[in-house]
Amino acid sequence: MIQLQNLSKRFDTANGQLIAVDNVNVTVDTGEIFGIIGYSGAGKSTLIRLLNGLEKPTAGSVTVNGQEISSSSGQALRSARQKVSMIFQHFNLLWSRTVEENISFPLEIAGISKTKRAERVKELIELVGLTGREKAYPSQLSGGQKQRVGIARALANNPEVLLCDEATSALDPETTDAILELLVDINKRLGLTIVLITHEMHVIRKICHRVAVMEAGKVVEMGSVLQIFQTPEQPITKRFVAQVNGPESASQTIAHLVEQYPTGKLVKLVFVGDRTEQPILSRLIKQYQVEVNIVQGNIAQTQNGAYGTLYLQIDGDSIAIDQAIDYLHGQEVQTEVISND
Amino acid sequence: MIENLLPNVDWEKMWEATLETLYMTAMATGLTFIIGLALGILLFLTSPHQLWANKIVYWLTGAFVNIFRSIPFIILIILLIPFTKFLLDTIRGANAALPALIIGAAPFYARMVLIALREIDKGVIEAARSMGAKTSTIIWKVLLPESLPALLSGLTVTAIALVGYTAMAGIIGAGGLGNLAFLDGFQRSREDVTIVSTILILLIVFVIQWVGDAITTKADKR
Repeated sequence: MIQLQNLSKRFDTANGQLIAVDNVNVTVDTGEIFGIIGYSGAGKSTLIRLLNGLEKPTAGSVTVNGQEISSSSGQALRSARQKVSMIFQHFNLLWSRTVEENISFPLEIAGISKTKRAERVKELIELVGLTGREKAYPSQLSGGQKQRVGIARALANNPEVLLCDEATSALDPETTDAILELLVDINKRLGLTIVLITHEMHVIRKICHRVAVMEAGKVVEMGSVLQIFQTPEQPITKRFVAQVNGPESASQTIAHLVEQYPTGKLVKLVFVGDRTEQPILSRLIKQYQVEVNIVQGNIAQTQNGAYGTLYLQIDGDSIAIDQAIDYLHGQEVQTEVISND
Repeated sequence: MIENLLPNVDWEKMWEATLETLYMTAMATGLTFIIGLALGILLFLTSPHQLWANKIVYWLTGAFVNIFRSIPFIILIILLIPFTKFLLDTIRGANAALPALIIGAAPFYARMVLIALREIDKGVIEAARSMGAKTSTIIWKVLLPESLPALLSGLTVTAIALVGYTAMAGIIGAGGLGNLAFLDGFQRSREDVTIVSTILILLIVFVIQWVGDAITTKADKR
């Protein structure tokens, strides 16, 4: 659906040239939720604006659904934008218009007749769950409701791609979850391709299929969300993964755990995808004469399945412990023995 | 009673002068609104990083606005006498005051329009562009509605300034309450005429302020 080839964007500033986007190559498939994560200043805002031609690239090309956005202008670019819509961190609603008038705005731009506009607006208001608030002005809405208006407005002209510019960064955690669920729902129901940028790894974990990590204008790591969470390679990726998993605090407690559980063996299991659903633990306990103590763990759901880490203390007869650990190794679960007696 | 207190006031003349002041203020405000708005939008769109960013046009428009905003009004009227004469074939009467009033007030209003437009959240303009809006759509459906309260309060200030300008224009023969206060009141030492004219001008100003504030408040949905 979207191809970025050797894409670069440089800005001339008072302090010399700033390379916001540096030779980026990304392909986003149809129907995919693709995340771009990076700290502020990493160039992700510029990158997402290159996708709908709000910024023109210095080099390289942007192709969306067969049309080269980076070389389009005038009417061709304006029509293309109706199929690549965008939602924003600060919603960017017109305060002078009511909810329904705001949603109607892109339809007016597309030249839809008044009766058809009213019909479509009604559908959209139902879709995003704002029934009853049609006549309210943005100032009378909560942040979550404003973003729902933003989403309805973005969907008005049946776009093929939805760009989300830090769409949940101004919302509280609960509202963030509700908006993310709405995005997943829209992605599934309408088959919409979604590209989102964020600095929050839990947003990536919750809804993205694939993710690209950006640092200083470059994509430094890219892959499926599960893969990135399981085996982050770059230091920055590890930091982002730590946002959700908190391994640093965990590793501190591991030293603690070793002290606390001096007997038996302490084992770390890493589950990825399907494995999480299988009853490995109950089989372990049934088949081997060992005591299993769950010391610590977390399992998280992503769009391509669950992943998680589990710390176990396995105690009992040393032969039985070894057998149990062999069994775990045989289960395609990443197993690591942390402490020995 | 009133005759004793204000022996020299000719109420018929006073009423006529009031109508002339109202006529000049209304016409000048209306045309200033249109011309000032156009100039203000041009300044905004040609300023750096905007849709029509263009250094030359921005500089020229800015220079024009600044020059005419800076010339004291009473001097501007005199400077514009040949222009008015060419345009209307006379320099007397309410209509003859209009070119000077508009050329004096439109640049003033254009600056206020520019300030009002700069107050608009950039994100809203970006959102409209991301939806594929043309520049004309952005002007009519984003810039003007989103800055409406500031445009209206600016227009109120401009209209009040114009009431003052009409009084000055009156002195050189444009008619209105300023003309009456100066010729009938001041030059003939009839203080009562001057005072009544002043009170009427104050009343006009208060009403404009009150109506302007009311409309501005109603337009603001923020």
